[in-house]
Amino acid sequence: MAVDQKLNIELGKQGVFVTTIQELYNWGRRSSVWPMQFGLACCAIEMIATTMARYDLARFGAEVFRPSPRQADLMIISGTVTKKMAPQVVRLYNQMAEPRYVIAMGACAISGGPFKQGYNVLKGIDRYIPVDVHIPGCPPRPEALIQAFMTLQKKIDEQPLTGEGRPRHLDAEARGEFPVPEQGAHDLEPTSNKGVWPIPITIR
Amino acid sequence: MKTVGEIKAAIEAAVPGARVEVILNPGPAAEHSLLLSHAHATDIATFLRDDPAYKFDFLSNVSGVDWLDKEITEKVKVTKPVTKTVDGPDGKVEQTVEETVEETRKRVEPGYLESVYHLYSIALRHGPLVLRMRTANRTDQVEMPSLTPVWRSAEFQEREVFDLYGIVFTGHPDLRRILMWDEFKDHPMRRDYVEPDDFEYEPTPHDAVLKRAQEHRAAEAAQGTRE
Repeated sequence: MAVDQKLNIELGKQGVFVTTIQELYNWGRRSSVWPMQFGLACCAIEMIATTMARYDLARFGAEVFRPSPRQADLMIISGTVTKKMAPQVVRLYNQMAEPRYVIAMGACAISGGPFKQGYNVLKGIDRYIPVDVHIPGCPPRPEALIQAFMTLQKKIDEQPLTGEGRPRHLDAEARGEFPVPEQGAHDLEPTSNKGVWPIPITIR
Repeated sequence: MKTVGEIKAAIEAAVPGARVEVILNPGPAAEHSLLLSHAHATDIATFLRDDPAYKFDFLSNVSGVDWLDKEITEKVKVTKPVTKTVDGPDGKVEQTVEETVEETRKRVEPGYLESVYHLYSIALRHGPLVLRMRTANRTDQVEMPSLTPVWRSAEFQEREVFDLYGIVFTGHPDLRRILMWDEFKDHPMRRDYVEPDDFEYEPTPHDAVLKRAQEHRAAEAAQGTRE
């Protein structure tokens, strides 16, 4: 329940600041999303460029890349996820504390990209962990990553604190851990987490 | 650099008992190579590395090749006895005549796995010299000697060839998988490798992928696993 904007401005002129808990809480959360220092392939170079002076991700409160998953809020899957690396990615995600978000950056992370039909590349990380924002591109430009970041901020802003659609850390029944796939004799086992990724129905 | 023929002669003079075969490259690059016998491969490699005339001190590349069984059809002229009925002076007579017949024969040339080494000399600025080794077959006798004791740079590349082609390098100090995980059973670069059937979701299939996706869907429909 937001405060009427005109009334808010009028009250502001009188030196009164009116807000809701939800707005204040989400404003705090979205303004200090700390990504994990974690790069997988060439997209990581673009991610690094995004944090540097020219593109300056610090403007969005995300300049602190944390080297530990325990301190990070955001996982940017920047690059090809091989089947050898996928269990480690899921394990790192499991180790992150709530609230946590995932951006899948680039063609490889969202679908396997040019390596989709290969034997060793996962066809998209969303088969194992929930992804909040997908960015296409090979690699996406820093502007695209910033766009994804702003999309994520908007998503955080709109999350209600109670009821349906609340963040997982406010939901006592939400699942915190995602099963780590095993490296089997021919492929990962299971090949996808059906709870996270029910096979999409294609309509032709 | 000397020609492969001269190098072959030098090897055979220096390493007693070594068998080296020249494999010609018919292409315009004409990069001919030497096929080494397993028993003397390490000695030959040491000779090529240390001999002052060659000094191949840099192993640039190790690669694997998978040659499948080849069915060769050839036409052979065969002479064999044929019984014929011939008109003789006193009626018809059975007669056996030698006759040359052209026959089509098929034979299967067994496949093998091959490793290819590219050598350069930094000291003498020449190269590449291409060495090859072949396994006896592609199923159970897949050993060949490792050249890691001679060129240290072969270590990881031989591991990669082992991982992707399944060639077992005897004498390698640490022969483990390098790219695929340890539990993996197959050798993905072999030409008879069967890829995992993960075609459950193909939003824009075409060509080979379309075929695989259709096969996957048919199999799922047969099992009733698709909801």
